[in-house]
Amino acid sequence: MKLGLMGFGGVLPLAHRMIVEQQKWLDESQFTNLLGICQLLPGGNIINMSVAIGMQFQGIKGAISSVLGLIFAPTVIVLMIYQVYEHFQYLTVVRHLIQGLAAAAAGLLFATGFKMLRPILKSKLTLLTITLTFIFMLLFKLPLALTLVILLTINFLILRVKKS
Amino acid sequence: MILVLITLALVFTQLSVLAFGGGNAILPEMQHQVVNIHHWMSAEQFSSLFAMAQAAPGPNMMIVPLIGWHVAGPAGLLVTSIAKFGPSSMITVYALKFWQRFKNHPFRSRFEQALKPITVGLVLVSAWMIAHASAQNNILVMIIILTTLLGLFKKIHPLWVMLLGAGLGIVLL
Repeated sequence: MKLGLMGFGGVLPLAHRMIVEQQKWLDESQFTNLLGICQLLPGGNIINMSVAIGMQFQGIKGAISSVLGLIFAPTVIVLMIYQVYEHFQYLTVVRHLIQGLAAAAAGLLFATGFKMLRPILKSKLTLLTITLTFIFMLLFKLPLALTLVILLTINFLILRVKKS
Repeated sequence: MILVLITLALVFTQLSVLAFGGGNAILPEMQHQVVNIHHWMSAEQFSSLFAMAQAAPGPNMMIVPLIGWHVAGPAGLLVTSIAKFGPSSMITVYALKFWQRFKNHPFRSRFEQALKPITVGLVLVSAWMIAHASAQNNILVMIIILTTLLGLFKKIHPLWVMLLGAGLGIVLL
């Protein structure tokens, strides 16, 4: 179980291939349903999904071992990168490398955001919500919990008014 | 030291429970806590750690153990990881047990509809904050724009885009 999940790499398409196509732990619609649930709950989708699949096999023990399996190897790798950086950060080349890397990471995050935006772009609620998120988080520097509560309330009300 | 560990645990437990819409949605709050409130590192260092975490394989919250390690070594790593991944996993365990009852409840789709644009907004705020901290000159701004466009319009594996960014950084800066 642990080993099976160890290689899962974290990215969604890869997880789909392993869980549905190779291991056949779930079929296509079970996978989609489970992903839907995991998206609603707090926490990373893939982490939550590994909890769910682990639970199916071994209960709580399975859930714990699949999460550990999922994050153990990446943690070791990321620490190694960090240690190398710590040792060599006095080198200009290494500093420039990390700066370029950070810029690329920011760019990819923008791209992810815009991709998620595409399917819901038509709704007016989307633009309003995004504008408000920027204002609350960056301008007013409200805590995330408060921002979430306010925006969820606003959106619920708008959706309810629209329906009736 | 104990105090730092307790603070780390509190901060990341809170983030864990609030992480509706996945890890990227809590980056702004994480940065705010780590940089502005507790002064564990600068905004630029936060962006560097985020970059290293993104360059490594695995779930996209690998910045969490890194922050723990940076602040308090191995003990910090353990504390932040457990605090971040534990509570949300426990919620998942319990939520799945009760999920059958809510299967076709209209609340579910309305919650989803209300949450989706907020998640997207938070991801964009995260991108803005990371970009803001890492764009120290025009070349870096250009790399951000270039990688945004590549990520958006080309089907390239993100790792190649990251390598391109690193390469451009070495050559142009």
